[in-house]
Amino acid sequence: MNKLLLSAILLGLLSACASTGDKDQSGAAVEDKSMGQKSGADASGAQKSGVAANPLTDPNNILSKRSVYFDLDSFSVKDEYKPMIEAHAQYLKQNSKAKAFLQGNCDERGSREYNIALGQKRAESLRKMMSVMGVSDSQMETVSFGEEKPKSEGHDEAAWAQNRRADVVYQGE
Amino acid sequence: MKKLYQKWWLILLLAFATPLHAALTIEITGGAGNQIPLAIVPFGAENALPQSITAIVGSDLARSGLFRLVDPAGAQAPHEPADVRYADWMAKGAEDLVIGSVSARPDGKLDVRFRLMDVVKQSQLAGFSYTITPAQLRSTAHKIADVIYEKLTGDVGVFSTQIAYVVKNGKRFELQVADADGYGAQTILASQEPILSPVWSPDGSRLAYVSFEQKKPIVYVQNLISGGRKALVSVKGSASAPAWSPDGRKLAIALTRDGNSQLYMVNADGSNLQRWSANSIIDTEPDFSPDGKWILFTSDRGGSAQIYRMPAVGGAAQRLTFDGSYNVSPHFSPDGKSFAFIQRQGGKFHVAVQDLATSQVQVLTDTPLDESPSFAPNGKMIIYATEINRRGVLAAVSSDGRVKQRLSVQAGDVREPAWGPLLKNQ
Repeated sequence: MNKLLLSAILLGLLSACASTGDKDQSGAAVEDKSMGQKSGADASGAQKSGVAANPLTDPNNILSKRSVYFDLDSFSVKDEYKPMIEAHAQYLKQNSKAKAFLQGNCDERGSREYNIALGQKRAESLRKMMSVMGVSDSQMETVSFGEEKPKSEGHDEAAWAQNRRADVVYQGE
Repeated sequence: MKKLYQKWWLILLLAFATPLHAALTIEITGGAGNQIPLAIVPFGAENALPQSITAIVGSDLARSGLFRLVDPAGAQAPHEPADVRYADWMAKGAEDLVIGSVSARPDGKLDVRFRLMDVVKQSQLAGFSYTITPAQLRSTAHKIADVIYEKLTGDVGVFSTQIAYVVKNGKRFELQVADADGYGAQTILASQEPILSPVWSPDGSRLAYVSFEQKKPIVYVQNLISGGRKALVSVKGSASAPAWSPDGRKLAIALTRDGNSQLYMVNADGSNLQRWSANSIIDTEPDFSPDGKWILFTSDRGGSAQIYRMPAVGGAAQRLTFDGSYNVSPHFSPDGKSFAFIQRQGGKFHVAVQDLATSQVQVLTDTPLDESPSFAPNGKMIIYATEINRRGVLAAVSSDGRVKQRLSVQAGDVREPAWGPLLKNQ
């Protein structure tokens, strides 16, 4: 057990180094949603591609867009996000080893538990769309952070709108 | 698997171990219309004690909002019934009088004796004596307050109970347990990840709660005596919203292993996991009726978040709430006749109570961001989370809405309160 923990910690350190290097090279910061641990293998892949932009992080590529925003109480995905979700679906289909975490979030108001359920449903909305687009279920995993991981710490409608959100985060990011 | 959790617990402990007291401060912000005028005479020889028993009794009773403490100063201070000059206390406006004494025993223990006297009838209503260690002074004072409360109001006192709640301080979360008067706060769990939804087992020995320490919501059950804890179930997806059955043998929980949040039943040891609700929409926040026959829960099956009731053995769900588009967080009253919940009105979130027989709703609070209502075990108060000046605080309101209290810690946000059960051995 100790060995397992130790290697987990080492892996964490390794990936921390790798991610710093990554940032310095491309200059395109990936939002850290702290879902998947960066694996060593993945980081080296990113380095191989070097300055040539990673499609997932290239700001000119639609794949760099990761967030879907929702109306109050709502889990229905607005039409404006469909091209972006389509692009991620295509990417997953073309990269069968890639895995996406779909993370649902809510604004701070109301029940924390209901917000966990609502965030889950937001993440599920994305998963179902991508599933219909042909993405394998094994390449997607949904999770809800409810209102517990706000992107914006504010307490007004602008902050709340930022936090009613589902993010696409790839394993290794 | 179990071992792994124990290891994590150890790591959490080592990383975040802290001093164990951060008392909640309680402020009374309203009172009942007809308060009982009560005089409490400092007990004989009480001034030799490290803390005054009668001061604790007095603050307990005053905090309930049902009593008006009559200042005993100036009157002759009796410690035995024969010494009571009733006319003096009548003149002060006291209807009831508390007297007593403390004496040290040769073995280091203390004898505490008290009597509750009816000033109008000039007779004794109650009298008890306790042999205690000095460490039991506070708990004995709470027991005395419970006796007085029950004799004078007819309801069971809850001054000997505890509350659980979560404190967020910066990025640090602590699950704490404190006495109902805010004293003796102890940290049960500290983490850098969110903790929420603590619920007491009916015997008060365990807490179930949700922790994000594995980067997703997971339900843990922790023994308060041994400190041992384990994840209730280990399944795909997340687990949240735990609720104990009244016999303490089962929990209802919300799982996302089939996609959306759905309700499941599981034994308290994690065995015999069974799906309880089956549909494609949100079901969460289960709560057992005190007789174990019903479950209240929140669902969006009708297109908005509303509260439903369903037999615990399964069956047809009945929608209970109809006012507005957001009614959540239902909790049965201890007598099972009503339930407390959160109702959104015009973008504001208030604590409300609905009578199950008449469907009548009473909104109890006027603060805009109320969450997580939890009944005191005598059904007389509801503790909940709210915000004052952008800070999370706990507040309590009487179930008729007349008495209000506010509880806060010195630093950080307090939230997710859960009032513990009455313990029979007290």
